[in-house]
Amino acid sequence: MHLTPSGLAVPGPSRRTLLRGIGGAAALGAGVPLLSACGGSGSSAGDSKTVTLGSNASDAVPKKAFAEIYAAFKKQSGITVDVNTKDHNTFQEQINTYLQGTPDDVFHWFAGYRMQFFASKGLANPIDDVWDKIGGNFPDAMKKLSQGADGKFYFVPLYTYPWALFYRKSVFAEKGYEVPTTWDQLIALCKQMEKDKLVPIAFGDKDAWPAMGTFDQLNFRTNGYDFHVELMAGKASWTDAKVRKVFDLWSELLPYHQEGAVGRTWQDAAQTLASKKAGMYLLGTFVGQQFTNKEDLDDLDFFAFPEIDPAYGQDTVEAPTDGFMMSKSPKNKAGAVKLMEFLGTPEAEQIYLKADPNVVAASTKADTSSYTPMQKKAFEMISGAKSLTQFMDRDSRPDFTSTVMQPALQKFIRDPKGIDSLLSSIERQKKTIFAS
Amino acid sequence: MTTTPTESPEAATPPPGSGPAAKTAKAAKVPRGHRRLLTRRDRLTLGLMAGLPTILHVALVWVTAFASIALAFTTWDGIGFDSIKWVGFDNFKELFTNNPQFWPAVEHNIIWFVALILIPTPLGLFLAVQLDKQIRFSRVYQTAFFLPVVMSLAVIGFVWQLIYNPDTGLINSLIGANEPGHYIDWIGDPDLNLWAILIAASWRHTGYMMILYLAGLKGVDPSLREASALDGANEWQTFKNVIFPTLRPTNTVVLVVTIIEALRAFDLVFVFNKGAEGTELLSILVTNNIIGESSRIGYGSAIAVVLLVISLVVIIPYLISTFRKERRA
Repeated sequence: MHLTPSGLAVPGPSRRTLLRGIGGAAALGAGVPLLSACGGSGSSAGDSKTVTLGSNASDAVPKKAFAEIYAAFKKQSGITVDVNTKDHNTFQEQINTYLQGTPDDVFHWFAGYRMQFFASKGLANPIDDVWDKIGGNFPDAMKKLSQGADGKFYFVPLYTYPWALFYRKSVFAEKGYEVPTTWDQLIALCKQMEKDKLVPIAFGDKDAWPAMGTFDQLNFRTNGYDFHVELMAGKASWTDAKVRKVFDLWSELLPYHQEGAVGRTWQDAAQTLASKKAGMYLLGTFVGQQFTNKEDLDDLDFFAFPEIDPAYGQDTVEAPTDGFMMSKSPKNKAGAVKLMEFLGTPEAEQIYLKADPNVVAASTKADTSSYTPMQKKAFEMISGAKSLTQFMDRDSRPDFTSTVMQPALQKFIRDPKGIDSLLSSIERQKKTIFAS
Repeated sequence: MTTTPTESPEAATPPPGSGPAAKTAKAAKVPRGHRRLLTRRDRLTLGLMAGLPTILHVALVWVTAFASIALAFTTWDGIGFDSIKWVGFDNFKELFTNNPQFWPAVEHNIIWFVALILIPTPLGLFLAVQLDKQIRFSRVYQTAFFLPVVMSLAVIGFVWQLIYNPDTGLINSLIGANEPGHYIDWIGDPDLNLWAILIAASWRHTGYMMILYLAGLKGVDPSLREASALDGANEWQTFKNVIFPTLRPTNTVVLVVTIIEALRAFDLVFVFNKGAEGTELLSILVTNNIIGESSRIGYGSAIAVVLLVISLVVIIPYLISTFRKERRA
């Protein structure tokens, strides 16, 4: 759920090449045989009662939540879901070898460019037939997110969560702060917090992806959704004055961020908010996981990033969406289709949300009556948005974001001067990557 | 450039085999009995025993090495062989002129080597000399200093993070440097983080060097010490003029081990801060470019080739000098 820190080392270049060379791609997706061994190894190609599913939900909370969905599916259809769970980061690092080998019938993945990439490489199965049945459950923004570049559907969204500025209600009440809705108010609030001996904005960028979230907010508030999309797609130039403007605004806000961000994980930064040492924190709603004390969690609230350009207001919301895709040639296609249809129902989403209340349903049909106040707010924010973005590393080429943007943004955070040379370096590197 | 190095060790091999007369005589004798002694099954077994490892070696070492070299001249996202595109020297051009992390990475690899040679190596030698004097509790010290070597570098990375963590770590908590205003960011500050990691690496390397030197010192002939004592040399003079020169073979091993350590530096940094600003290393650039959902395998291979060339430049002279010595012997 937490995007992609580049994670731990797995196979090196040579090993990978070699394995593929001797037709061993299957060996790398080693979880598959392993899994079928523990889940009834007799289940072979012809078995219509089993669907295999590759999962990256290795954390306890989501793992259990998904298991409950599959149990409900079995009760309804009589089809067993054979789950092959891999460590979250390992799953992402191996995804392209996994999909080229013998992938499971259905697998967990993310919406946005990351989904479209595998769709356009022919590694996923179009599921327009599934969408004929489940289409009515989803708002248009979700439909758009589930389509490949060719207009076909490839993805069933399950849950989503917005990025916003988080704060503690008790701190705001005690000091008499008001939720800022414009840039000037935000800066004024930061100044006031500094006077009150608070760190205005908690920040940790050790994993190199959180800074992308700040960039996204600043960019679509300043330049609007369309420009943001063009920039992420490699079409707009990073040396454009519009991008320069974003970094200028960021330089203005950066002094109010927590010091030493590059050496701090997001979990540690979240602790500064939890312990009331920081006033605000820009992150996704999963920040709630770090609030282990129920009282503290109830005290947590958030607001949308303030308006910068009135032309765009607060119409864009960053809401990464997770869900499922079908692999290119599933062994049990009929069963996989049934499972995808089930996953697209509001019931499946409700089962999930009961166990993991840090996210909200992708479907507008899901019952929101059991939502916590924070979930309700997140749901309203997303359903009221004119456009939804995913996240920089889900909206753009992952090789560009991980090898160019992550180090570049860390450099900028460390030393906000020299923006121009940084931007032209990004642009030069972008050109070669997008050309390949 | 890359073919010469691989040939030279082989070119150097034949002489030692053909040199010693005794060996050739033996080799000439063996085949005669050979034919009678070995049944077809024996030969098959021998063939398998020699053949399988050879095939594995060629496939795992040589084929992959040459595949990486070939891939360095292509772009490939790792999906299907048809997406491999030949681009000539573009990857290298891009690397040398356009990658803001490449030159820092080269520099850090060099710093890594120099730092390991200048700090933990003399320190290891010093400790070894002290321990060699049979002081009391010698074994306890020996164990204590060697303990870090037993640990995996990844674990060392985790341990030292507890010390360096800027908010909750040992150092900042003790000296109060985790407050706004006088904040020391051991992990994120590019002027500090490489040195912070090098201290952790040295902590381990010292023990390693100590054990190597201790072994070397055990091999020093006691009569040499006796002789120098008789000549009236003091401890320092004995060490400088008698003991140290006899450690020459150990020094060579130490040098090679340290070069290898510097070139393969990876795990500690990766665990520590993933090679962020200030700690870029070639091995980390290779990994970052190759691992992932849509990888730049061609580009990553180009970096790997640079690393290979640097390794060869260092290792070839060593191999040549070793083989020369053998020939003389």
